[in-house]
Amino acid sequence: MNPSPSLFSSAGVFPVTDVLHRFRALAIACLLIAATAIPALAGPFEDAVAKFANDDFSDTDEAVSIIASSGNPQAFAIINALQEGRLAADPDSKKVYLTGTDGKVTDAATGEAVTEVPASAAAVRLNNRLRRNIESALGGLTLMAPDPAKRIASAQSVFKSHETAMLPVIETALEKETNKAAKQAFTEARAAILLYKEDATEAEKIESIAIIKGRGDQDALALLTSLPPDQTVGVARSAASAVTAINSRQTLWSIGQNAWYGLSLGSVLLLAAIGLAITFGVMGVINMAHGEMVMIGAYVTFVVQDVIRTSYPGLFDYSLLMAVPLAFIVAGLLGIVIERTIIRFLYGRPLETLLATWGLSLVLQQAVRTMFGPTNREVGNPSWMSGAFELGQLTITYNRLWILCFTLAVFAILLAMLRYTSIGLEMRAVTQNRRMAASMGIATSRVDALTFGLGSGIAGIAGVALSQIDNVSPNLGQSYIIDSFMVVVFGGVGNLWGTLVGAFSLGIANKFLEPVAGAVLGKIAILVLIILFIQKRPRGLFALKGRAIEA
Amino acid sequence: MTPHFLTRTLDRSATIFLLIVAAVGIVIPLSNLLLPADSPLQVPTYLMALFGKYVCYAILALSIDLIWGYCGILSLGHGAFFALGGYAMGMYLMRQIGSRGVYGNPLLPDFMVFLNYKALPWYWYGFDMFWFAAAMVLIAPGILAFVFGWLTFRSRVSGVYLSIITQAMTYALLLAFFRNDFGFGGNNGLTDFKDILGFNVQADGTRAALFALSCLALIVGFLVCRAIVTSKLGKVLIAIRDAESRTRFLGYRVESYKLFVFTLSACMAGVAGALYVPQVGIINPGEFAPANSIEAVIWVAVGGRGTLVGAALGAVVVNYAKTVFTSGALAPYWLFMLGALFILVTLLLPKGIIGTFNAWSESRKASSNANADSAAAEDGVTKPHLAEKA
Repeated sequence: MNPSPSLFSSAGVFPVTDVLHRFRALAIACLLIAATAIPALAGPFEDAVAKFANDDFSDTDEAVSIIASSGNPQAFAIINALQEGRLAADPDSKKVYLTGTDGKVTDAATGEAVTEVPASAAAVRLNNRLRRNIESALGGLTLMAPDPAKRIASAQSVFKSHETAMLPVIETALEKETNKAAKQAFTEARAAILLYKEDATEAEKIESIAIIKGRGDQDALALLTSLPPDQTVGVARSAASAVTAINSRQTLWSIGQNAWYGLSLGSVLLLAAIGLAITFGVMGVINMAHGEMVMIGAYVTFVVQDVIRTSYPGLFDYSLLMAVPLAFIVAGLLGIVIERTIIRFLYGRPLETLLATWGLSLVLQQAVRTMFGPTNREVGNPSWMSGAFELGQLTITYNRLWILCFTLAVFAILLAMLRYTSIGLEMRAVTQNRRMAASMGIATSRVDALTFGLGSGIAGIAGVALSQIDNVSPNLGQSYIIDSFMVVVFGGVGNLWGTLVGAFSLGIANKFLEPVAGAVLGKIAILVLIILFIQKRPRGLFALKGRAIEA
Repeated sequence: MTPHFLTRTLDRSATIFLLIVAAVGIVIPLSNLLLPADSPLQVPTYLMALFGKYVCYAILALSIDLIWGYCGILSLGHGAFFALGGYAMGMYLMRQIGSRGVYGNPLLPDFMVFLNYKALPWYWYGFDMFWFAAAMVLIAPGILAFVFGWLTFRSRVSGVYLSIITQAMTYALLLAFFRNDFGFGGNNGLTDFKDILGFNVQADGTRAALFALSCLALIVGFLVCRAIVTSKLGKVLIAIRDAESRTRFLGYRVESYKLFVFTLSACMAGVAGALYVPQVGIINPGEFAPANSIEAVIWVAVGGRGTLVGAALGAVVVNYAKTVFTSGALAPYWLFMLGALFILVTLLLPKGIIGTFNAWSESRKASSNANADSAAAEDGVTKPHLAEKA
C-alpha cells in the first residue's frame, strides 16, 4: 500500500510524481492513525523514529523535534548519528538502524543490537534547513546530556550565541543541575542571554554583567564589548567597568601564559645545553657535534617506537621510558668513542676541536640521513603526554609539563652525581685544576672520556624529550646548537647553576619579546643582547673564579 | 725603501702565486673570448663563471687567514661580511634593472612591488649609483666589523667565545635577512640581474671582465695581506696570536691592532662577496648561514693557515672537490667527505697543505745545508711542484 520511498526518490523523472505525493500523504495519515491506535506497542518516540524511514525532509524535521523533546536516553545518540550520516532507514520494514561510532549497529527505536542491516536500508538524507535544526536540537539535548562535560560544553556554546530562544531551556536545566561546574556554566549562559534580551530589566542586566565579569575570559570580553549601543546608562557604565576589569585580568593571565611558555622553552634549552655545559665547562671542549647527539637520541626514540609498534603495540605508552636509558647509552658510548678517537688529540687546541667536531657533526648528520632518509620521522606521543589541561586561563600541554619536570629531574640527578659520587668529585677536581688533579692521582684522561660520554649521554636523553615536541629529522640538532651555546656562554662556563639560570632567563625573555617584536625579531634581539652581554661579562653570569679558568 | 719593501713582501712562493693568478686572470678570459667555441682550448663561459666563484672564495679565505692565521681570531661569521658585500652589489644590480622587471616599476625592484612597498626604503637610496654601491661594499661590512670588534676586543672576548658570538652574529643576520619586511627580498634574496655599468651581466665579455677583475682583486688583496704580515704591524699581530697577554704587557694596544686587522679583513670579505654576486647571479640569505662561514674556515685550514697562499689554494681545492663530488653519483657522500676533511685536517695536517710542504722543504734545506751545491737544484725542483698545486 505504501509507496516505497526508494521508488519515490527515483521517481522524480516520471510524470507520476503527484500521484506518489498523494500516496505519501495517505501513508502519513495511516501512520498517525496507527500510532494513536496502538500506543502501548509504539509510543510517540518510536513513531518519530519510524518517520525517518519516510525519506521526507519535513517528516525528518518533525521526527527530530519530537525525539529532541522526548527525553528518551537514546535521543542524543540518534540525532547525533543523523547529523553524522550514521542513521540508516529501511523503507520496507520501517526500521531505523543506528551505526555507532564504534561500528556496532543497533535498532534506533529499541536500542537492541542488530546483526544485519537489510540491503534496502539507505542513509537518512538531510538538507541545510534540517542541518540547522539538528544542530540546535543537539544543543538543547546536550544541555540535558548525562555527561557533565557535555552539558558544560553546550552551555558554553549557548553563552557565545546568547539566543533568547534558549532561555527557557537553560532555566529548566539550571534548576535540575546538581554539578557545580555545570551550574556555573548554566548561570553564565543565562546571564549572557539576559544581557542581550531586549526586554530584560536593568537590574537583571547589571546582575548579568557581574556574572560575566566573574568569568573574565576572552569570550566574556567579546560579549561585553559587542553589546548593542541602546543600553541604559547604568548598564553601559557597569559593562564598561567590567571590560576594564577583565582587560587587566587578561593582561595578568597573558603574562602568566608567557611565563609558562618561557619556562617551557627554558626547559628545552636547558635540556639541550646541560650536556654542552659539562663538556665545555669541565673539559673546555667546544663540541659542535653536540646537537647531533641530541638528534641521535631522538632517532633512538624513533627506533624504539618503531620496534614497539610492529612487535609489542601494547607497550607503546612505555616507549619513552625505554628510550631514555637506551638513548643515554647509545649517545654516551658514541661520545666516549669520539673522545678517544678525535677529541683527545686536540686538547689545548679549542679552535681545532671546534672545527673537527663540526666535521663530525656533518658526518653524523649525513650518516643518519643515509640510514633513515632525509625526511621527518614519525615519533608519537604516549597517551600520558598528549592533551592539555586548563589552569585558570592558562592552557598547559602535558608534553611541555612533562619535559619541564624531566629536565629538572635530569638537572637534579646530575647535580647530585657531581656532588656525591667519586666520579663527580674527580670531574670537579679536573675542572678546577687539571694538573693538580693529575698530581693527586686522578686519571684525567679517564675522567675526560667519561665526562664526554656523560655530556653526550645527556644530549641523547634530551633528544628523547625533544622528539616529543620537534620534528625528528637529521637537522634536529642544528637548530639547537647555537641556542645551546648561547645558554652556556650566557650562564657562565663550568657552572651548572649558571646554565639553569641562563636557560630559563633566555627562554622567558624570548617568550616575552615574541608578542612585542615577533618571533624572528625577538630571537634576533636575544642574540644581540647576548652579544652585548658578553662584552660586559665575558665569562658569563656566573663565572668560575680561579687561575685555571683565567688562563 | 721601495725595493726593500718589495723584496720583503714578495718572497718566492708569493711571486709564484701572483704570477699564476695573473696568468689565469689573463689567459682564461682571453681563451673564452678569442678562441672559437669548438676549440679544445676554449674555456666555456659556465666554467669561467665557476672559476670566478672560486677566485671570490679565495679572496674570502685570504681575509680569514689574515685574522686567523696571523692574529689568532677565529671568526665563524665571516660569511656575514661576504654576504653584506654581496647584498650591497646586489642592491646596485637590482636598481639597474629599472623598468625592465616583471612589474615594470621604474623605481621599485620586483619584490618590493610584490610585497606592496609604496616607496623605496631609505637604505636603498644611492644604490642606483655604482660608486655609492662600491663604497658600501667596503663600508657596510667594515662598519659592522668595526662596531662588533670594538665591543668584543675592548672587553677582551677572545678564543672560542669570540668564535661563538661571531657565529651568533651571522645567525642573527641570517634570521633578519630572511624576513620580508627587512627590505632585502626576504627568502628569495636579490636576483634576475640585467646589467652592470651598462654591460649585460650574462654576456661573455662582461663575465670575462668580471673574472679578470676577480683575479685582480685577489692579487691586490694578497699584496695588501703580504704587506701587512711582513711589516712590523704583522709581527705584532703574530705576537698577539702567540701570547696576547705578553704583548699587552709589552705596551701594545692589542685591541687596536685586532680591530684594525678585523675590519680590514671584513672589507676584503665584502669585496669578495661583491664580485661573487654578479658572477653567480643571485644573493640570498642562505649566504649568512653559519655553516658557510665554518666551511670557509676549513678552506684555510686545508690550505694551511698563516700562509696566505695556502688559504687561496685551500679555497680553490676544496671548492673544486665540492663541485666534482656534488654533481655526480657521489653526491650523497660529499658531506661525509667534507666532514672527514674537517676531522683529518685538524688531526693529521694541522699546518695544511702549504704549511706541511714548507716544513718539509725547510727540513730538506736544513739537511742539505751541508751540501751548498745542491741548494740551487732544490729551488729548481720546488718551483714547478708548487706551481702544480696552485
